[in-house]
Amino acid sequence: MSSKELNRRDFIKLTSAVTGGIMAAGLGIPIVGYLIDPALREDKAGKPVVVGNINDMTEIGKPYPFSFTITKVNGWERTASSYGGFIIRKSDDPKDLAVLSSRCTHLSCRVNWHEESKAFQCPCHDAKFDADGKVLDGPPPEPLGRFEFEVAEDGAITIIPVEVKEG
Amino acid sequence: MQSTLWQKIYAWLDERLGLDNMYTGLLDRPEPLGNWWNTLGSASLFLFLLQGATGIFLTVYYTPSPDHAYDSIQYIMNDVAFGWLVRGIHHWGASFMVMVVFIHMLRVFITGSYKYPRELTWLIGVGLLLMTLGMGFTGYLLPWHQMAYWATTVATQIAGSVPFLGEFILKALRGGPDLSALTLQRFFAAHIWMLPAALAALIGAHLYLIIKHGESAYPDKED
Repeated sequence: MSSKELNRRDFIKLTSAVTGGIMAAGLGIPIVGYLIDPALREDKAGKPVVVGNINDMTEIGKPYPFSFTITKVNGWERTASSYGGFIIRKSDDPKDLAVLSSRCTHLSCRVNWHEESKAFQCPCHDAKFDADGKVLDGPPPEPLGRFEFEVAEDGAITIIPVEVKEG
Repeated sequence: MQSTLWQKIYAWLDERLGLDNMYTGLLDRPEPLGNWWNTLGSASLFLFLLQGATGIFLTVYYTPSPDHAYDSIQYIMNDVAFGWLVRGIHHWGASFMVMVVFIHMLRVFITGSYKYPRELTWLIGVGLLLMTLGMGFTGYLLPWHQMAYWATTVATQIAGSVPFLGEFILKALRGGPDLSALTLQRFFAAHIWMLPAALAALIGAHLYLIIKHGESAYPDKED
């Protein structure tokens, strides 16, 4: 400080600004982490679930509904969430199946099978999907999701409860 | 005269908001004599704002229900990023605020600053002290652990020892004859809505009076 003298007033202003800034940052930065913490946690995949038996599904081309519950620990609580879908036999071969999720690809409402129109219909925005999950009408951007499945010797159908996209 | 963009923006705002007037009126006030004891009121205000901010952030995870209160705080302390910091500041800041407010009151008493024309500032200050204690009392129950539960049992029982009205006061505080979910919920409501709103209003009045009357000079031998 040879050319410019730092007077008392400016010194106070500067130190106040610096300490204030440090305190604001010291609280402000952790607060951001505190608020977004749940968003940074990884979503754990659920264990495989048995959703039905192929021997109970005799009709070919008819969607058989199923549902399952996955319990996850969210924060300090275990939360059970229900999911569902439809199993459709494509032929006599017990392994030739389509296992569709009932979650509409538009905004996640649950679709239902309507026998008259031969379509999955969504109650929220009137979307329609055909028996293979393809979009017939309405706003959905893509076909219904599918589940990977396995059919055991005794006919039990096990799925991995993670939706996979068509194709 | 050359002016930068920021100066132009400031001039535009100042013309409409009167920022310079606000600065000279609110902050650029004459001080009687520099003394660190005179900063305790500002320190109390700062702690109130800090408690308000950390308290608001705590409600993001805290749940005022007997089933979840304790677990939600365990979650804040052990699992949420910087949860220990936010609750730590709120926890220690609470004790610190009671102390600072109390020492602020002592200073005003010792320097005789409560005298004419500042009697109302003092009376409002008494209200602020009582509400600060009320914040401490209601906040103490919220963790819903053994210490909180029994401290509130005892304190509400003491309030219940008032002649004639005691039983009514006890039931009004607890929301019934026993400590229950109702007690926790009404303490929570008082802690985050009623008391802070009343505190903020009284702080406003307190500050208005300080700006109106200026700070008191220290008494000298003549006084």
